[in-house]
Amino acid sequence: MTGEESQSGAQETYVVIGAGHAAGQAAVSLRSKGFTGRLRLIGEESYAPYQRPPLSKAFLSGDLGLERLYFKPPDYYAKNNIDLKLNTTVTRLDCAAKTVTLKGGREIAYDKALLTTGSRVRKIPLPGADLPGVFYLRTIADVEGIRALCRKGAKIVIVGGGYIGLEVAASSKKLGLEVTVLEAESRVMARAVGKPVSDFFEKLHAEEGVTIRTGQAVTALEGAGKLERVICGDGTTLDADLAVIGVGIVPNQEIAQEAGLAVDNGIVVDAACRTADPCVFAAGDCTNHPNNIFGRRLRLESVHNALEQAKTAAAAMRGAAPEYNQVPWFWSDQYNVKLQIAGLSQGYDEIVLRGDPAQRKFAAFYLKDGMLIATDAINAVPEYMTSRKLIAAHARIAPERLADLSVPMKEMA
Amino acid sequence: MVKITYIEFDGTRHDVDVEPGLSVMEGAVKNLIPGIDADCGGACACATCHVYVDPDWRKKTGAPSEMEVSMLDFAEDLQETSRLSCQIEVDDSLDGLIVRLPESQG
Repeated sequence: MTGEESQSGAQETYVVIGAGHAAGQAAVSLRSKGFTGRLRLIGEESYAPYQRPPLSKAFLSGDLGLERLYFKPPDYYAKNNIDLKLNTTVTRLDCAAKTVTLKGGREIAYDKALLTTGSRVRKIPLPGADLPGVFYLRTIADVEGIRALCRKGAKIVIVGGGYIGLEVAASSKKLGLEVTVLEAESRVMARAVGKPVSDFFEKLHAEEGVTIRTGQAVTALEGAGKLERVICGDGTTLDADLAVIGVGIVPNQEIAQEAGLAVDNGIVVDAACRTADPCVFAAGDCTNHPNNIFGRRLRLESVHNALEQAKTAAAAMRGAAPEYNQVPWFWSDQYNVKLQIAGLSQGYDEIVLRGDPAQRKFAAFYLKDGMLIATDAINAVPEYMTSRKLIAAHARIAPERLADLSVPMKEMA
Repeated sequence: MVKITYIEFDGTRHDVDVEPGLSVMEGAVKNLIPGIDADCGGACACATCHVYVDPDWRKKTGAPSEMEVSMLDFAEDLQETSRLSCQIEVDDSLDGLIVRLPESQG
């Protein structure tokens, strides 16, 4: 093997377990960093890596076709000598033998492995949950099923008032359905945002004609051969032609755990996406990773994290010592409202509002001990973009100043 | 198909065909043109698909929306011809469009 060959990894095999956002980015990054060895992506779904955010938005409403969901055109992989194995489940990772086992028993050897197993939907044990007409939403296949039942005037009941539930509400309203959202907590998006922002979104959906019932659990789904009714916690019955359940996701950490790797609310990695095994890395939704801005370990459910960790892992696999520490960010599109979130608001002790919710244009700043830890921006781009820098800098800004619209965000520090 | 020319910061020129209905950003991503990151996939949420529209094409590509203008404010090396390429929809009137890419997407 020549020096050049060993430099470019020409004799090595890298196996990526997963074929979603993180896998797609990792493949691009590895090839663009000059890795010329064998690169194999193994995915459970039938599609080449694709973007999930549009699934509950423009793809559901029919405004975006399947071809535009792909991360890279499907022929990218063969063109770049990437072995993309779809419809394939990995059942085992053997760190000692350095092999990955596929369903059916076939073993694939690796020099380095990257776990990008992502998340799966959390399922709730509901009577009737497997009736035709009941869907979770995570994949293209899910949305194609949902869309087939989305006729004008159809009744949709959405279980869960988080991002997925509210985006599906907006998309299905656009398609002319009668929409009801059932949220078990006392307000929507309770996990992600503070009360003023929950209030805004409840009002927004009401104005758009969607019924949101908070403090409502679901006890059963019923129907003869297909979904016909949803039975709520308070005993009321809702007629339904279809139901979409969106109550969170859980990390796919089982393969790592069974392989003897540390897991704890995600596959444990360091800031370079390395596990304790020098040949095994992990990136994306499936990881528990340190973040020095927030001074704690995080498991993030975000596209930005998947892409950035994939880039980090690719660099680490190629022998660099990268460090990934960024302010997490998220977004949600509902009707003509863009919610952009920077940071993590858990643990806040003060909320400062800037702007007027009634104008559908405002921001909620979350402070902890006077320090900005997160911002929810509703159609308020400067608030969002500036916050990403302020949060990274652990900025302390007087609440009156944050709320003062006469102070432009660019001058806020 | 619509012909679009993407010129990288170092001068490398890519002449590609883009399907009408896609955004200028998607045209770059599909044709594997380096220099456009598109972290948010076109949701106008990140400002990493920044391009400079050739002055001859400014009128035909139109003006950015208020939201795009706000996002552009945070793009690297903002110029008068700056646009977020995910917000420019490709149609036949843009046949021959030329865009230049910034040195970095931040």
